[in-house]
Amino acid sequence: MEIKAPVAPGADEVRRRTFPFPRRHFLSIADLDPPQAVELLDLAEGFVSLNRERAKKLDLLKGRTLINLFFEASTRTQSSFELAGKRLGADVVNMSPRASSVTKGETLIDTATTLNAMQPDILVIRHEASGAASLLSQKVSCSVVNAGDGRHEHPSQALLDALSMRRAFGHVDGLTVAICGDILHSRVARSNVALLTMLGARVRLVGPPTLLPIGVERWGIEVCGDLKSGLAGADVVMMLRLQSERMQGAFVPSSREYFHLWGLDRAKLAAAAKGVKVMHPGPMNRGVEIDSDIADDPAISLIQDQVEMGVAVRMAILASLAARLDNR
Amino acid sequence: MSERPIAFVGARLIDPESGYDGPGSLVTAGGLIADAVHGDGPPALNDDFRVVDCGGALLAPGLIDLRVKTGEPGAEPKETLESAARAAAAGGVTTVVVQPDTDPVIDDPSVVDFILRRARDIGLVHVYPAGAATKGLEGRAMAEIGLMAEAGCVYVTDVDAPIVDSRLMRRLLAYAGGLGILVAHRPADPWLMDGATATEGEFAARLGLIAGPAAAETIMLERDIALAALTGAPLLVDQVSTAGALASLARAKALGLPILATASINHLSFNELDIGDYRTFCKLIPPLRSEEDRLALIDALASGVVDIVVSAHAPAPPEDKRLPYDEAAPGSVGLETLLPALLTLWHEKRIPLARLIGAVTLAPAKAIGLAAGRLAKGAPADLVLVDIDAPRLIDAAALTSRSRNSAFDGRRLQGEVRMTIVDGRVAYELGVPKT
Repeated sequence: MEIKAPVAPGADEVRRRTFPFPRRHFLSIADLDPPQAVELLDLAEGFVSLNRERAKKLDLLKGRTLINLFFEASTRTQSSFELAGKRLGADVVNMSPRASSVTKGETLIDTATTLNAMQPDILVIRHEASGAASLLSQKVSCSVVNAGDGRHEHPSQALLDALSMRRAFGHVDGLTVAICGDILHSRVARSNVALLTMLGARVRLVGPPTLLPIGVERWGIEVCGDLKSGLAGADVVMMLRLQSERMQGAFVPSSREYFHLWGLDRAKLAAAAKGVKVMHPGPMNRGVEIDSDIADDPAISLIQDQVEMGVAVRMAILASLAARLDNR
Repeated sequence: MSERPIAFVGARLIDPESGYDGPGSLVTAGGLIADAVHGDGPPALNDDFRVVDCGGALLAPGLIDLRVKTGEPGAEPKETLESAARAAAAGGVTTVVVQPDTDPVIDDPSVVDFILRRARDIGLVHVYPAGAATKGLEGRAMAEIGLMAEAGCVYVTDVDAPIVDSRLMRRLLAYAGGLGILVAHRPADPWLMDGATATEGEFAARLGLIAGPAAAETIMLERDIALAALTGAPLLVDQVSTAGALASLARAKALGLPILATASINHLSFNELDIGDYRTFCKLIPPLRSEEDRLALIDALASGVVDIVVSAHAPAPPEDKRLPYDEAAPGSVGLETLLPALLTLWHEKRIPLARLIGAVTLAPAKAIGLAAGRLAKGAPADLVLVDIDAPRLIDAAALTSRSRNSAFDGRRLQGEVRMTIVDGRVAYELGVPKT
């Protein structure tokens, strides 16, 4: 007797909505135009409800192989891509460089071409160097997804942030989003600026001058030098982690002073719009950029939603890339 | 070794010393220029001469490149003195000055001697070493400058590493100046440039590259100018690249300080946008600058604020370049593209031809005290014959250099070397394979 896998409700709907990704690789928000970004969010929405069912598995990536190549340690992004791949029926392999021959002097490209020879369909890469995903995409025949390259981009994070906002407010356009803290070292900020402005949000970057990128005033956004006025009227406050590991020298005198001036607590949040939501891409430095009191308050914090949306958004990305591969 | 003398007839002669730019012919004898005849009249010839009909092609002094890195000794897979010499000959470069950042470092007269002996054995083009300014290029103690100069080094430099200690730099200038030795220094504030691989600005910020401000160059150059004034010693400013530093340089020169400056052909030809999608061939030291800086550099070369153009030849093999931008080795090879890239600036009507040619011949010759760089009777017969209009599509894979990391890969340039003559001998001839 044939045992049929239970088909999750909404699966047909998700299948119907899945569209071929516009490009072979997803390296940057610039790979999407506004309608495509909205389509991806709509598709991800379908996966959100699916993921809340008991039977979450689909076969959109059945027979396909996904390799997670993470040169930088990651908990949420890596497991999120892994779960996304598995829920879509792909075979998922996680590679971490410490356990591989990269530590034996093999270059990124050698590693990638080696993996490429194993005929994966999608390679998800995170690397500490800006441009690493782009470099890889020029050397392999499979699809490459950028899961964070240095200080450059983290496009799936921006999509999950936008989805979290859209679900909380019903829309993204017209929202005032304050992205606060270490903008300089943040790929999340760069991808979010690109996506949120594309979707019609007003983006404001807030941080000490030493942690704002040079030339940021020409990004077509607001730049604010102090937290209180930066938060004024904000619908969403996105706190970024102080990325000490990427810093060349000290950018702020101490974490104590940083928290005093730039850390988010209830008093400072009072300047924001009524119904403000707080986000953080994680991992959080509690007491450095964000007060636990806020991070853990379900009434204002979207931080757990962001993690949930992460899986859905990555399922949408993978499904869409696979649909493109199916069309070839 | 007696070589058959050569007679170049029907050439366009360009001589930066006399300023002559016009039709003429030139004959060599015994490794020297026997005569340079201006005008259309043919020189007196006999059967001994090999006669080269130039057909109006440009005959100029061979190029003198003050900033060439090789991998010999220590990193021969990158480039040997021989492969660099071949690349130079193919590019019309008849004299190269190799940089001391080899392994071992050229900070000792015995290594100077080694380079000169190898160059003699190869015999293709003139090769002179620059000595390290400080022991081990560490920026802590003066190297044996006097002994190295006696052995034959032509100037001293710490190459890419700025000499941070101002007291050491002052003593270096005073000491070397007293011995008549030129000190070259690349101005860059090391703290502002810590970890930087690009010039600070909107573009680098978008790419997420670690960047340093253009002002880092001005800050260090102002110090160097003050020390040159304090000591009265000559200074060669290595690879000035920003508009701010050029303004400082122009002021210092107006005061009559004995300062010379070089610009690299890369910074005259490219701007930061050429990094594009993280092209590692355009990762350079100093990093590529804004278009405003590039245009200011061209103006400075035209006006004489910049004296000399160098190739900044820096070979790097694929394993050092096929890496993420942050991790890739800096530098571009340049010996074979220096002349066509310069001629392209002329074709774009940015700088007069005589000024461009002077910046790679007479000016560097004077800086290090060579008799070459001129088309005068009795000068060394170091020459290049070049078709200045010939279009070229640069294909890095077709370069002679052992490393093919050319920032000019895929670029369209104008100018093709037909013949390179060193000491009256043919070092390179287009279409003639070298045995």
